Amino acid sequence: MTCALIEAIQIEHERNGLPIYQAVSFRIEAGQALLIEGGNGVGKTTLLRQLAGILPTRSGRVLFDGSELDEQLANARSQLLYLGHRLGITDDLSCQENARLWQKLWGRQANQDIVRSLQSVGLMGYEQSRAADLSAGQRKRLALSRLLLCPARLWLLDEPYSNLDADGLALVNRMLASYLERGGAAILTSHGTFDPGLRGVQRLVMRAA
Amino acid sequence: MRAGSAQVLMAMIWRDLRLAMRRRGQLAHPLLFLTLITVLFPLALGPDPKQLGAIAVGIIWVGALVAVTMTLSDLYRSDRDDGWLEQLMVSGHPMVLVAIGRSFSHWLTTGLPLLLLTPLFASFLNMPEQLLSTLLLSLLLGTPTLSLIGNIVAALTVGIGRSGFLVGLLVLPLYVPVLLFAAGAVNAQAGGLSPDAHLLMLAAIATLAATLTPWATAAALRTSLSSN
Repeated sequence: MTCALIEAIQIEHERNGLPIYQAVSFRIEAGQALLIEGGNGVGKTTLLRQLAGILPTRSGRVLFDGSELDEQLANARSQLLYLGHRLGITDDLSCQENARLWQKLWGRQANQDIVRSLQSVGLMGYEQSRAADLSAGQRKRLALSRLLLCPARLWLLDEPYSNLDADGLALVNRMLASYLERGGAAILTSHGTFDPGLRGVQRLVMRAA
Repeated sequence: MRAGSAQVLMAMIWRDLRLAMRRRGQLAHPLLFLTLITVLFPLALGPDPKQLGAIAVGIIWVGALVAVTMTLSDLYRSDRDDGWLEQLMVSGHPMVLVAIGRSFSHWLTTGLPLLLLTPLFASFLNMPEQLLSTLLLSLLLGTPTLSLIGNIVAALTVGIGRSGFLVGLLVLPLYVPVLLFAAGAVNAQAGGLSPDAHLLMLAAIATLAATLTPWATAAALRTSLSSN
């Protein structure tokens, strides 16, 4: 049996003694995507933060490449990209400076230069603009360019569709499809208002505990 | 291809300095504060140059402590709000690099400018000229410790909104040893003694702080981020 890229076994999380979610299990292999659905406040963001290693896993197990996430956290982290509600964009830097900084820290994806990546997320002509001057949708696009610029085996995307126009939604789907085809894996959340329309997508519906 | 630790450190310091240049207003705050203090004290104390010269060291050092403290509550605030800290944590690079980089860039943007303007402040306050080199040396050895210790407190309080007063309350007692030895060095010199013992103590404190505080800051950052 091949081991899954990331596998969660009965993980749960509680805040101030109240459970947010319980007994969440799934298993993702390279080339697969998991869509986490559920209403507001059921813990989708918390689950992603837990998988990214920002929040500790106190109950249940998360396996990355077959071994405990906690034991090889640094190794696992260097292979994933996380896109949260806070986008990780530095407002007072230009788009290009932000992108260059990401590449310095996360490494450089082969055959992807900054200008081309910004172009393909629809930010052509904004290379020198301060990130603070961009609209919410453009900021989301800038954050998405990180996925093109930096290499990773797993994407953790929190609401990748929010703030985007129709063209932007198609962009996310195109990026996901080509990433999965190249053997990447992705876990994304959505309120259920948008169906990414990709084949081979597993679904996990979360309900309030 | 992943970057090595040295490259990552350089990238983080580059970012901090770039942001400091873009946010020049913030950069000027501590300097303006100390300038105001050194201009107002002579007005309040009256025109006796001797009296002023005698307390000049105390005014400059206390002013520097408060000026540095004022910068601390914003040290990690914007990085938390825009998700940068979260990204660094997820990136798998050691948080201790973040702490080292930020301590260094904080000193470059607060301690160093204060140090460079001190000859001016000293002349405002009519400080005896032969004390200037000792004062500068005490600032050179003391201000890095202020940045290093300040980073721990800034990291601990980053999750708490409007933490300005709390930061002052926590950090100023920790700054007292630096103040004592720094002022002690200059006062020893003024009294005709050697300031070396005090200066060596300052150097020892700075070395200890440089070795230990980044680990404490890193732990504080991890805790602050994972608690919400």
